[in-house]
Amino acid sequence: MLEEQEERKDYAGIRSAIPIVIGYIPIGFAYGVLGITSGLSIIEVISLSLFVYAGSAQFIAVSLLSTGVDIVTIVSTIFIVNLRHFLYSTSLSRYMKEIGRHHIPLLSFFITDETYAVSITDLQNGQKPDESYFYQLFLTSYITWVLSSLVGALSGSLLKTSGLNWGLDYALPAMYIALLFMQLADFKKFIVAVFSGALSIALIYLIPGNFNVIIAALCGASLGVVLERWI
Amino acid sequence: MDIKFIFVLIGMALVTYIPRIIPALGLSRVNLPDWALRFLDYIPVAVLSALLFPSIMMTKGRLDIALSNPYLIASIPTVIAAYFSRNLFIPVIVGIVSYIGLTILYV
Repeated sequence: MLEEQEERKDYAGIRSAIPIVIGYIPIGFAYGVLGITSGLSIIEVISLSLFVYAGSAQFIAVSLLSTGVDIVTIVSTIFIVNLRHFLYSTSLSRYMKEIGRHHIPLLSFFITDETYAVSITDLQNGQKPDESYFYQLFLTSYITWVLSSLVGALSGSLLKTSGLNWGLDYALPAMYIALLFMQLADFKKFIVAVFSGALSIALIYLIPGNFNVIIAALCGASLGVVLERWI
Repeated sequence: MDIKFIFVLIGMALVTYIPRIIPALGLSRVNLPDWALRFLDYIPVAVLSALLFPSIMMTKGRLDIALSNPYLIASIPTVIAAYFSRNLFIPVIVGIVSYIGLTILYV
């Protein structure tokens, strides 16, 4: 009797999490390795995954921390990078309204690019927005992210203690290139990329401190908006 | 964990959590204007290249566009791999292997 009930339980959330799990394992692992080789401790690498839980922001934070950027600049850069969650949360809010309001503060912590994309697709295709669906999808993804960054951090420590080069100095630039090309959907984004990159270098010469990334990014994104009127 | 890291962690956790929770709670009735949505759409590309360009075109704080800069030269095969694969792992592997090859060659 009990077994039958178990079988009838709905695992839609876990099923939907499978593609996210497959995606998170290599990226979380790469994040863990890079965190360690950029000079963070294992605890630091994992605490970013546990308490921030935002892939691209964590990569960016690691590289800013390793170049000694000040706290205010790091936090404000991360703020603008993660502003897009505002859109995801807005879009999910009409579905989350249908579950108990006390779940929302916890559930909304787990909104990422990937969990948003998967859940909004499911919900628009008739998935019932109950809390078990959200918890299954969100927790499966979260646990995968934390564990794969832990495995990455441990592997990173092994690589580091081996004392060999392994080419890891180049891992971060290579990661930027890969992430960038995954984003370059059209010619306007290409122009924005070249402009922001060049401006970022120019700003290193022009202004003291480490404001080059945030200023170049804000100017680059503004250029993108302006370009849309012309192209 | 040093004190600076703890502040960065708390700050990052807050600025990441706030945009996630406020709309979900239904606290924001602001409908973002179209240009703001487009602006946010360009932010990841802009941030990534603002980080990338200095990391491959500068060494020791100076512009270094030369054949002797392994970061710059290793980026050529990495870009090609990224263009054709559009995933994360293949370009990273290609980049690291090219970089190791170049550093051996230059020694």
